[in-house]
Formats: sequence, C-alpha cells, structure tokens
Amino acid sequence: MPTEFRLPELGENIEAGDLLKVLVSVGDIINPDQPVLELETDKATVEVPSPVYGRIREIHVKEGEKVKVGQLILTVEDGAQGLAVAREEKPEASRVAPAAPGPVLVEMPRPEVAPPVSAATPIGALGVPGGAPSALGELFDLESAYVKPGSAQAVQPRQLAPAAPSVRRLARELGVDINHVSGTGPGGRIFEADVKAHAKSLISQPVARAGAALPAAALPDFTRWGDVERQAMSNVRRKTAEHMSYAWSTVPQVTQYDKADVTTLEELRKRHGKRAEEAGGKLTVTAVALRVVASALKIFPQFAASIDAGRNEIIYKKYFHIGVAVDTDRGLLVPVIRDADKKNIVELSVELAHAAEKARNKKLALEDMEGGVFTITNLGGIGGTAFSPIVNAPEVAILGISRASLEPVFVNGTFQSRKMLPLSLSYDHRLIDGADAARFLRWVAEALEQPFLLPLVG
Amino acid sequence: MSEEPNHTQLAVIGGGPGGYAAAFLAADLGLQVVLIDPELNPGGVCLYRGCIPSKALLHVAKVLTESREATRWGIEFPEPKVTLEKLRAWKEGVVQRLTGGLGQLSKQRRVRYLRGEASFVDARNLKIKKPGGSEEQLGFHNTIVATGSRPAAVPGISLASPRILDSTTALEIQDIPKTMLVVGGGYIGLELGTVYATLGTQVSVVEMMPGLLPGVDRDLVTPLAKRLEGLFRSVMLNTKVGEMQEQKDGVRVKFVGHELAAPEGVFEKVLIAVGRKPNAQVPGLEKTKVELDQRGFIKVDLQRRTTEPSVFAVGDVAGEPMLAHKATHEGRVAVEAIAGHKVAFEPRAIPAVVYTDPEIAWCGLTEEQAKQEKRPVKVVRFPWAASGRALTLDRPDGVTKLIIDPETESVLGVGVTGSGAGELIAEGVLAVEMAASAMDIALSIHPHPTLSETVMEAAEVFFGNATDLYRPKK
Repeated sequence: MPTEFRLPELGENIEAGDLLKVLVSVGDIINPDQPVLELETDKATVEVPSPVYGRIREIHVKEGEKVKVGQLILTVEDGAQGLAVAREEKPEASRVAPAAPGPVLVEMPRPEVAPPVSAATPIGALGVPGGAPSALGELFDLESAYVKPGSAQAVQPRQLAPAAPSVRRLARELGVDINHVSGTGPGGRIFEADVKAHAKSLISQPVARAGAALPAAALPDFTRWGDVERQAMSNVRRKTAEHMSYAWSTVPQVTQYDKADVTTLEELRKRHGKRAEEAGGKLTVTAVALRVVASALKIFPQFAASIDAGRNEIIYKKYFHIGVAVDTDRGLLVPVIRDADKKNIVELSVELAHAAEKARNKKLALEDMEGGVFTITNLGGIGGTAFSPIVNAPEVAILGISRASLEPVFVNGTFQSRKMLPLSLSYDHRLIDGADAARFLRWVAEALEQPFLLPLVG
Repeated sequence: MSEEPNHTQLAVIGGGPGGYAAAFLAADLGLQVVLIDPELNPGGVCLYRGCIPSKALLHVAKVLTESREATRWGIEFPEPKVTLEKLRAWKEGVVQRLTGGLGQLSKQRRVRYLRGEASFVDARNLKIKKPGGSEEQLGFHNTIVATGSRPAAVPGISLASPRILDSTTALEIQDIPKTMLVVGGGYIGLELGTVYATLGTQVSVVEMMPGLLPGVDRDLVTPLAKRLEGLFRSVMLNTKVGEMQEQKDGVRVKFVGHELAAPEGVFEKVLIAVGRKPNAQVPGLEKTKVELDQRGFIKVDLQRRTTEPSVFAVGDVAGEPMLAHKATHEGRVAVEAIAGHKVAFEPRAIPAVVYTDPEIAWCGLTEEQAKQEKRPVKVVRFPWAASGRALTLDRPDGVTKLIIDPETESVLGVGVTGSGAGELIAEGVLAVEMAASAMDIALSIHPHPTLSETVMEAAEVFFGNATDLYRPKK
C-alpha cells in the first residue's frame, strides 16, 4: 500500500514554508527521520524528516514552491512492498531498518540537532550535471525505463554558470563559488578577470555577503571569568539575527530625527478613542502613524521602493502594505497591514489590534508577515527618548516612534506646554538622500500635528 | 602463499578508460601507482568488448552499405563475400594493438600493472588474486574503484543458451544468423543490429517504449528510424518480451503489448541489449564505509570520493551516464583531488554518440530535458538537405540543432543526426563548455564545403539569416 506523506505541523504554528530543496528523488529508499525536504519558514530553515520507511514513488512538490501544512509531499511505497523490491536489486537495502507501519507524525527535530545531509549523497545519487546524462540514463537503464521514462533521472541537473572550464577551475582554486560571480561578457559570460575581481572583493569585504549566516567570530573562553550557560538560539532569534546582520551589512543607513507636536492629536485620540474601542481596536499612535505613513509613501514613492543591485534598477511598489514590529515573548515579529492607504484610522486600529494579538498567540501565518514596503516600530509604550531602528531590508526605510512627553515649546512669543512625539527615520542612503529623508519625516510630523492635512493632501 | 606485503600511494582497481586514465595521470603527477585488472593489458570493456570492436564492425557495415548504394551513382559492385575469420582477426588486431599500446604506456610511466582480481581487506588494504592462484596483499593510501559495468538481463527472463547473446558474445560474430531478435531499442541494440543486418541477418527489434532510443530528442531519432525501416525486418514498439523458449531451430519468443504485429516469432539468435549494470559488488567492499545508492551505483561526491575517505570511484560504477569519456574525465578529476588540487566533476556538457547510420550525437541540454524542466529555450534546426556537403555524400538525411538560452543567447545544448555526427558534436561540446553564444558560432568561419557548416548555419537560423535556408519572415 502506498503511503501518503503530508507536511506535518512544524511547530510554533508555522503553517507554510518555501521549499528550498528536495533532498530525495523518485526511487530513493528513505528511512524514518531521514531529512527529505529543506523548508524555509518565515523564521527559520528546517529539514523535514520522513515519518516512514519506504521507496519514493512520487514527489508532489517542487523546489521554490510554497508548501502548506497538510499538503501532500510524497507518495511512498512502504512496508513489505517497497522493501521487497529494494532487496531484489540492492545489497544495501537489507541493512536498512525495518519499515514503520504507516505514516506517523513525528516531532520536528530542531534544525540544530537534525542530522546533516551528507555532502557525498547528491551527485552520485541524483545524476550528473550537464545535458546528456538523463537522456542516456534512459538509454542504458532498462529497469527505470520499465517503470516510467525519465523517472530515475527526474532530478534537474544543476545549472552551471556561463564560464569556460578553465575559468571554472580557476574559481575553484581561488575558493570562489562561480555561481556568485557576475560575468562581464556577452550573455553574462564570466571571464578570468571577473573571477579574480570577485575574489578580491570577497577579501576586502568579508562580511558584506548577502544572506550570509551569522558571521562566527572566535570567542574567548568565558568560563575563565565565571559560570556561563549555553542555550540554543530559538528559530525566531536565529532568523532575526541573520536578517539583522544582512540588513546591517548590506544597507548603508542613516537615521534622521524629528519631533511632532501631538497635543492636538492626543485630544482627538481621547475624543474618538471610544469609536475604535467599539469597533474592537485601540486608537493608538501607531494606528494613526500607519495611515499617515501610507499617505507619505504615496507622495514620496522612493520610500516604498527596493534596490535591485544586480540589475542597477529601482523597484517602485504600487501597493502600501506596512509592517509593524510587535514585541512577543518569542522575540520580534513583524505582521504586515495590507493596503494601509485604503483604510481609515479606526479600521487600521482594529486590524493592528488583531495582528498584534495573533503575533502574541503564535497565530501569525507566513503570509501575514510578508509583502511589506515599509516598517513602523513603536517603542513609546516602554519609554525612551529616541533610537535608531535598522532598515528592514529589502525595504528602504523604517520609522521609529518613541514616548511622547510634555515639553516647553516657544510658541508665539511664550513658552507653552506641548506634547512632543520623538520620531526617527532610518533610511537606505543608496536610494534616499538626506534632504528627502528630512522632507519625508517632516511631512509625517506635520500630518501628526495637523490631522487635517491627511484628507487635504494625503 | 602471499608475498611480502607491500604498499602504494594509489591503487586503481579496473583497467578501463576510467582506470587507466586515472593511473596514467597519477603517475604523471608523481604518485606511486598500481593498476589492477584481470586482463593481460589495460583496456576494459571499452577496448576489449565495447566501443572499439563495435566501431570496427560498424565501419565494415558502412563500407558494405556504401558499396551497395553506389549503384545509384553508376558504380556497381558484385555482392561482397564476407570471410568471418578474417573480419574477426582484423577486429581483434585493432583491439590488441590498442590494449598492447596501453600496456606499453603503463610501463613507460612506471605504473605497476598487476594482473588479477582485487578484493578489499579494509579501507587501507587490498588482496589481489593473481591468474596463477597466488595472492598478494597491497596497502594503499588511496584507491580508485573503476570496475565498470556489465550487460543487464531482462528482468524475469533468464535462458541460458548459446542462442542468447549479449553485447559481449554478439561482438564475437560467431556466425551470421538468418534471423535475430534484438531486445532493446537503445544504442547498443541498434548498433549491433545494424552490424548484423548489414552482414545479411534479418533483424527484428523489440522495444517497450513508444520510440527507439528513449530519452533522445525525437527529431534527432526520426531520420534514423526511417532508415532502419529499410534495414531491419521489423521494429516492434510498445512491446515487451513475455516469454522465451529454446527449440530446435531457434528461440520462440512471445511478445506482450497492445498492438502486436505478431504474437510470437522464432529467431535463430536473440540479442539482449537492455542496458548495463554497475559492477559495484567488489568483494570486501562491505568492510569499508563505501555506500551504494538505490540503483546500485557507488555514491560519490563532486571529487568522486566515496563515503569512505580513502576510496574514490569513477566511471560506470559511479553513476550515469555510462560512457567511456565520462569515466576518463572522472578518473582524472579523482586523481587531481587525491593530489590535493581543488577540482570537481562539473561538466556543462557530456557528449553522447550513437554510431548507427546515420549517427546521432548530442551534448548539453536536450530539448526534451528543457521541456521537462519547463526551462524556456529557443531551438533552431538546420536540415542537411540544405547542406552542400551532405548532398555530395548523398546523405541529406540529417539535422543539426542548437538549444539556445533566449535571454543570454548562449548555446546550452547541441544535437546532430547525420553521417559523421559523432565527429561534429565535439564543436558542440566546446561551444557549451565555453558558454559560447549563438553569435560566436555564427561569426566563426567554418570551412566549405563541410558538414560542420551546418552548426554555423543553425546558429544563423537563430538570427533568421542562414545563407542556405530561406525562412519567410513572420
């Protein structure tokens, strides 16, 4: 009987992930706990282990696809049948552990303890890169042909960078991954000089590598000075650390500070707070800021853009989904509020309350955290006078909000007590100039000071 | 009894194109090498029982065919007389000259050629059983397993009879049977079928897939399939062999399939050519950490190192495609890795050649593969009917095609069907390996009149301006 293997619960209420890699191919014999997929969820990359023993009859997912919990992943010929076929032709199959009776949901091992995939496995098992092999495989191998043409060699060959064999050899010798080198020749062909230039750039800026894992620096032995405790990083922490390193090392960022006089806004908030509460939200500064920023992004489109450095292009986004940083006991999560420009402040306050609630109750789905063009982070609830947030790359700007306080402000010849809200805007200086940032933040501050501006020009 | 235990830096098990290439390069790099094989000289299946003898016979077949076709050009020969002993002797002579040459090359390079069968004692030692029955223990720092492959049997059908041939016995040409059934429409079956049919045997081919040469682009196979219709008595597609029984006058074969031309037939000889199996059952291999994959190949990494760090594997035993030139390249990569160089087996193109008449050759990405991978490609073809050289050879039954990346315009794959396609494909390999663009090929002057021009003109087709082919503008 074939067994269907569906994506199990991945813990922490993650509902889906991007399929990075299928680690097995049709015809493979898999053992329980053997990693079969590499899945990237919003917060971590996990290896999904097989719950069963058997021979893979069909793989229903493709690399690059989004896979949801419960989705059919593999059909496995399990138990007696798979084993019998296996024994007939392969001596090594008899060494394999006996079959598990059927699909069992196994607990996800933490990636830290998941067995590493042997580097030796892929090539011999999956076929040779290059063109002819898979076609020849069919020519030569009758058994696979008797099953289904191409099934044994269905794995896609690795695509190789457009470089001559001598250039590829040079790259290997220099320790450069040829697939990371951009070629200057026609059609992106890579020359010796390109490889050398790439190697040079790697040496001169070892940290600035996109998507790199945490740079591991040598650590002193802390126990020399006292007791320590080691803890595995949680997935959220690890992902946050990786993402922050990436953003910090890729984006040349500057922070612009400003203050908004929110005395009037505070009165309005108090006066209309009830309405939001009735609707199920809370009329917070963040909710108002969401609407203000959405309008500002329409006026200053480069703040909702991204840089495609590989193609020297700027991508302007015509939608205004805005992320809001939420502090949870698991760490920092950033749910995204869709189409903030098309919703009124009460609606936004309701959505924001829901999103925060979901984040704290581990109910956020992957989709809830993607697609943002700008991020707002408000630490005012805790305190502080100012801070420099890190741009949430590939976004190009982030607005930080601190705690409003009463300050003496010189108005019309006298000092008056005004409620001032400290704002900070970190931005990607590659795309945004200081003057633009000052203008953007001033616009935001003025919109908060004079709420009438929103319907007027926003 | 065993001799004094000795030790070498590299022991190569198997003297085929993977093994001897590895051993020779290792010696050139200054390593101390022992090459182990049961035959008198290096050569392996390729030289003794494969590529070389079959190509010798196919050359003879080609001459026979041309002498018959010469009537069209006003030249008539009497029906040729075939003397099998002489034919066999010539073929053997070719094999001996080549293998003897390899023996010489081993000596010149100071590769110690050890005749015998190797088995593993552990991950650092081999035991070699020599032809006289004596044994020798050999310690090694690294070893390369290059034990090749053997003909596969039809699953479920085993019949031991001198009437049943495999590629090895078929190449011996014991006789020219009146009738022969070739089981398997892959390249081995078609090549040997061509030899026998040309020598006068009525050849029938049975293939379970819907077309000959499964996996090869159909437009490349079509010209061959058409010609084989005339050469072979019948080609049964979508058909399997159900049962075989030996009787007085031959082998009675029952066929299984939906649209059978005949439910059974009697054949004087039956050639089983259904593929090859890796020779991974080296005795004692289980005493090492070497692992096999689910198809019985030894698992290796990009450097061809197995899961046992001191053991490498190359060639047929280490995975598809089972081709001599792939083995040779792997052998050289493994040796360079052993010598401490940073190398990897990462070809962009491995050429394959089917030596039928016409020949079929291809390398890199095939159209079929691109389809399976849903990879956008632009395919351009140049029909040989438009080639002057092809017409002077009276062989317009050919096509040259390029598979091109529509974005970068670089050549990802090349396919050729036609007389001498096997020689033409080398340009394709160079183009794919160098990441040449269609423009590079179109702008390289090709000699006229040659078949190689078809490669250039196919590239010109990509730009819509081939000299010898008019395509109306869309």
